[in-house]
Amino acid sequence: MTALVRIAGLVRRFDVSKPWLNRLIERAPRQILTAVADVSLEIPERGVYALVGESGSGKSTIGKIAVGLLAPSEGAVEIGGVDLHRERDPARRTETRAHIQMIFQDPYASLNPRWRVRDIIEEPVRARGDRSEGLAERLLEQVGLSARDADKFPHEFSGGQRQRICVARALASEPRFIVCDEPTSALDVSVQAQVLNLMKDLQERLGLTYLFISHDLSVVRYMADRIGVLYLGRLVEEAPRDALFETPRHPYTRMLLEAAPRIDAFGREVDPPKGEIPDPINPPTGCAYHPRCPFADERCKRERPAMRDAGASRAACHAVEEGRL
Amino acid sequence: MTETPILSLRNLVVEIPTRRDVLRPVDRVSFQIARGEVLGVVGESGAGKSMTGTAVIGLIDPPGHIAGGRVELDGQRIDNLPAEKMRRIRGKRIGMVFQDPLTSLNPLIRIGDQLTETILAHLDVSEAEARRRAVAALEEVGIPAAARRIDSYPHEFSGGMRQRVVIALALAAEPDLVIADEPTTALDVSVQAQIIALLKRLCRERGTAVMLITHDMGVIAEAADRVAVMYAGRLAEIGPVAEVIAHPQHPYTRGLMAATPMATPPGERLNQIPGAMPRLDAIPAGCAFHPRCPVAEAGCRVGDPPRVEECGGRAACWVVAREAGLVRA
Repeated sequence: MTALVRIAGLVRRFDVSKPWLNRLIERAPRQILTAVADVSLEIPERGVYALVGESGSGKSTIGKIAVGLLAPSEGAVEIGGVDLHRERDPARRTETRAHIQMIFQDPYASLNPRWRVRDIIEEPVRARGDRSEGLAERLLEQVGLSARDADKFPHEFSGGQRQRICVARALASEPRFIVCDEPTSALDVSVQAQVLNLMKDLQERLGLTYLFISHDLSVVRYMADRIGVLYLGRLVEEAPRDALFETPRHPYTRMLLEAAPRIDAFGREVDPPKGEIPDPINPPTGCAYHPRCPFADERCKRERPAMRDAGASRAACHAVEEGRL
Repeated sequence: MTETPILSLRNLVVEIPTRRDVLRPVDRVSFQIARGEVLGVVGESGAGKSMTGTAVIGLIDPPGHIAGGRVELDGQRIDNLPAEKMRRIRGKRIGMVFQDPLTSLNPLIRIGDQLTETILAHLDVSEAEARRRAVAALEEVGIPAAARRIDSYPHEFSGGMRQRVVIALALAAEPDLVIADEPTTALDVSVQAQIIALLKRLCRERGTAVMLITHDMGVIAEAADRVAVMYAGRLAEIGPVAEVIAHPQHPYTRGLMAATPMATPPGERLNQIPGAMPRLDAIPAGCAFHPRCPVAEAGCRVGDPPRVEECGGRAACWVVAREAGLVRA
């Protein structure tokens, strides 16, 4: 299978300095936050790639860069061989953009309350200047709503139904690649199941490619076939789904899996993980995880580990590479 | 039960009058929590779980009010106490931990002053002693260098550390009962594990009872001894956590468990419960779950389901009761 999405050496920095006058008076230096650091990954056509990580790990930033909402500081994102930020041919740019869609976390914030559902769903097609008669009705039925819902307003729907409308809108321009940023974390469990099943069915039926962003490992396990684990903006491990859950390599992945609540372990006494995510403006030297890692040694403090193959997985860890783990 | 339970709800009803209608966010809910026990209260949004907690501490926003039933704390009725008496119970005998630690802490007051204020308000100690206790409380919840950090402001703490401070505040007056409403929902997985472990350890050491309100079955499975499942303001099922999760009886609990990705083997489809939780102004007659229930019968549409006690003590469901031979069809 060929890669539809290719992310290479992606870096994104944000300037979070105070205004220049404050810097002048307080003699404070510029502050740069590196949200994404040197991330490379590929998503095959019809693949579902999940990015997991805790807050501040850079997963949403990668999603926004992938759809073109943010520009990369370094590196490139190619979709179907086209890099939206460098492509000079406007026709190819427009065509590639139509192939990319996004589904956001909060279905209350991502639908315009003053628009009818029909206009919301058909906008991506109309914006291109294409005809859209009957499109909204057809898509609404495809996502399990009724064709009559096209004339309603968003406030007439529940959270789960709204997220279905977001899915319908994302499908309108017949995309090949959809970035799903925490699409179900605002939903209740029984409704989450409806939306996840729908997204999975559509992916299989329409041959879609997903970049699926989530903090919930159990959701990721259900949806993805390949998973990347982010920590402080860097990929620390990448593996096929089963390999990640059965033989996690990186100590951070192990900690995440161990700390996640389990439904079958009553009265389990967990030794809770130590420490918290460090300040991303001044990340630790060497491996960013070393202050919390039970296996860290001198080398981990000094030298940043590179991504290396480890069985079916790839992991960035000295302990894994040296066979200490 | 021979020992008096710390918290006992009997047929608690909360009503909110509106212009058109009277809404019932909590409808005849009964349960008990024993000393040192963690009762998980689980349900989806609109199930009435937070409203039940708010009713126990007497903080329901008017025009909402307790319209029936009773709340007993260690055998003493508290739902009809005058406001001034209830104020003394809140914080002293019932501690509270909410979802967002930033809204529970005053951003303009140092952590230490908020703690000492709480201790002085509820315990008869000197100011120096209160401060000493505040440092000890912070140490107990695992704040490093507590003696130094006690003079920090809330914004100087991370989310996990703030939630630790809130727990220290809730436990400062050594209450009998702690009501924790989604205490880890705003936190990352690794910090969530720390907070759950902390809450469990402190309550076990002091024998504090906990009412743990959450939508997350995983958190319940980790932390609770018993679990109460709520649906549309009513109690659907209650029982020991291992039994309810491994062998749910009520069709709603069964559906909920099968819809949880955590409980679904990889590669299998998630179970879907059709529809959504009814709105408060449109709760179906009979069993509130019947329009979504895969095993509903004609009788479920008319009569209120039997109470939990009448169904063998676990689930409030006509079908379960009939299959157990407790009522005739």
